[in-house]
Amino acid sequence: MYVYDQYDQAIVDQRVEQFRDQTRRYLAGELTEEQFLPLRLQNGLYVQRLAPMLRIAVPYGLLNTRQARMLAKVSRDYDKGYLHVSTRQNFQLNWPELADVPDILADLASVEMHAIQTSGNCIRNTTTDQFAGVAADELEDPRPYCELIRQWSTLHPEFAFLPRKFKIAVCATAEDRAAIHAHDIGLELVRNDAGEVGFKVLAGGGLGRTPVIGSVVCEWLEKKHLLTYLEAILRVYNQHGRRDNKYKARIKILVKAMGVDAFREAVEAEWAPIKDGANTLTGEAIAHAQSFFTTPEYTSYTDSVETLTNQSANDPIFANWVKRNTCEHRVPGYRAVTISLKPTGIAPGDITAEQLEAIADLADRFSFGELRTTHQQNIVLADVPSSELYTLWQALQKQGLATANIGYLTDMICCPGGDFCSLANAKSIPVAEAIQARFDDLDYLYDLGPIELNISGCMNACGHHHIGHIGILGVDKKGQEFYQVCLGGSQSKDASIGKILGPSFGREDMPDVVGKVLDTYVELRTEEETFLDTYQRVGIDPFKERVYAKPAA
Amino acid sequence: MPSLLRNGQIEQDSWLPPTEALAPGHLATVSQYVEASEKPTAVQIEPGEGIADVLENLDSLELVAVNFPAFMDGRGFSYARELRERGYTGELRAVGAFIRDQLHYLSRCGFNAFQMDGESALEAAKASLNDFSEHYQAAIDKPQPLFKRRAG
Ligand code: SF4
Repeated sequence: MYVYDQYDQAIVDQRVEQFRDQTRRYLAGELTEEQFLPLRLQNGLYVQRLAPMLRIAVPYGLLNTRQARMLAKVSRDYDKGYLHVSTRQNFQLNWPELADVPDILADLASVEMHAIQTSGNCIRNTTTDQFAGVAADELEDPRPYCELIRQWSTLHPEFAFLPRKFKIAVCATAEDRAAIHAHDIGLELVRNDAGEVGFKVLAGGGLGRTPVIGSVVCEWLEKKHLLTYLEAILRVYNQHGRRDNKYKARIKILVKAMGVDAFREAVEAEWAPIKDGANTLTGEAIAHAQSFFTTPEYTSYTDSVETLTNQSANDPIFANWVKRNTCEHRVPGYRAVTISLKPTGIAPGDITAEQLEAIADLADRFSFGELRTTHQQNIVLADVPSSELYTLWQALQKQGLATANIGYLTDMICCPGGDFCSLANAKSIPVAEAIQARFDDLDYLYDLGPIELNISGCMNACGHHHIGHIGILGVDKKGQEFYQVCLGGSQSKDASIGKILGPSFGREDMPDVVGKVLDTYVELRTEEETFLDTYQRVGIDPFKERVYAKPAA
Repeated sequence: MPSLLRNGQIEQDSWLPPTEALAPGHLATVSQYVEASEKPTAVQIEPGEGIADVLENLDSLELVAVNFPAFMDGRGFSYARELRERGYTGELRAVGAFIRDQLHYLSRCGFNAFQMDGESALEAAKASLNDFSEHYQAAIDKPQPLFKRRAG
């Protein structure tokens, strides 16, 4: 993974000192609330319902075990000893003290971490596929480009006061695991007709109040132009994005208003004078970034698969976990493991300091000392020898981390919602917990097959409810918390936005509503169909009829 | 006479803000600039204004001011980059509601003068100019991005 040199370290250290002074001036009354707001946001600090929340950046979801241990330590020293994995692959602390934040950031800087631009109207953490570098279906490792984008976007002087937040995602597989269609800019590594790898560039995707699937602005962009082209898009957005209404300020609204062709023309016009300018990537710069994402020293195991087969035969519970929570690796004898942070009764994505340290130890023993966070709010150990899976699984069991539900209903995405977030219309965690509690029969879940259930506590859609197969959105009706359900969203290649089922429901009804949706699917499905397949075939009406049917008198 | 921070020094300045009709000693608005038969040498840009005409006559300008009606309005940053990238070498001045914590970014985008209220604010603001000694991106102050300087 990427390792800082003296330049990176200087930038992060100076950022800590800058923020220390800003915090001091704020506490001394020299900076107003309004002035301090964007400064703290651009250092990841929100002021939430009950306490500040600090969002710590995990660039494209990759971290080493030293960093994981520091996160655990920081959560113990300054918080309540647990952390939360967000849908942008970052970590969040829910209860730090404002005055401690400069010290927390200094501790994080000592292990090459920071909270820069994890919030605010600026370019946020770039995200990618959690299986980058190990996926069998990958065209090229996307992480070097994520790192180049990270450096370019970090403290970019021109784009720190954009109309609104700005998110970029990169993927390199046909099955898009980074939801690039739902980002302000989505980049996909693709080949052109000549066989050269470059970027397909999408812009104007996004969730929130007005969900939109991104439009293609460039079919194929030569790699060296990546940064200047991004700069041109950002410049058009910075100058022309709406600033009068925060709900209309994202780039998706601009792209819609201009029309994608006019938008593309404007980008090309901005690009012409800076194309081939100083920010044009050199072969050397790309090679330098790539040099950090080399193949680890894999062992060629001869008996690895056989060991696994035997262990699986002897222990069906283990075999099931392997089936659900591990996936194919491009190197024979290895598998990528997803550790579920969605056991019943725990807020999705929460992890204790002790669990994180245990995972760090396991990553050191079995996975080259690296771990990854996913936008589904789980943790991945990407390079585990198949023959070690049993030992790993036993250790995870002891930590309560062996829930075998990856990709199933209870592996849901859920934002912090009304328990923590001051923007929320409704709580989301209790809904998640009630659904988990109702559907905790694993055999039933496996029979249902892959289902993505996503919950957001308000229109901001941090829980990506529009692109869940089943999406739940907290709404406010005359001061009461209600929940709207949408069906048929998808975040993968054929991305689509879910359709609203109908009038919203009270919180206590939610498990029943989800139950009726699932029953409808089970009755109508053909043998081969997943939930999404059935939905796409029969449409929303049968679900609607079932859910809103008057109870028989 | 308002004071300002220019090229790192606190200095006095005699330019006056734009008025309804173009008058000597006052900055021109962009529309006054466009309409004037004899081009003024100092102009003030407001966010949202098209500046194609200004960009065409950069050599004849000695002062371009960019107004920040609210400090969260970041359009001025892009104006500055654009003016400098097209070769403007005269004074580029930030006026309005920007705050000291933005000075470093503003100067990276090409501003070399900052008009703020009060001598003490200016004195304090000086320190913020140097918040960072290193940067990743190419910008007006450092024409080479870090990835090129690293390689060299
Ligand atoms: S979706 Fe709304 S409630 Fe949930 S975290 Fe985002 S802003 Fe807060």
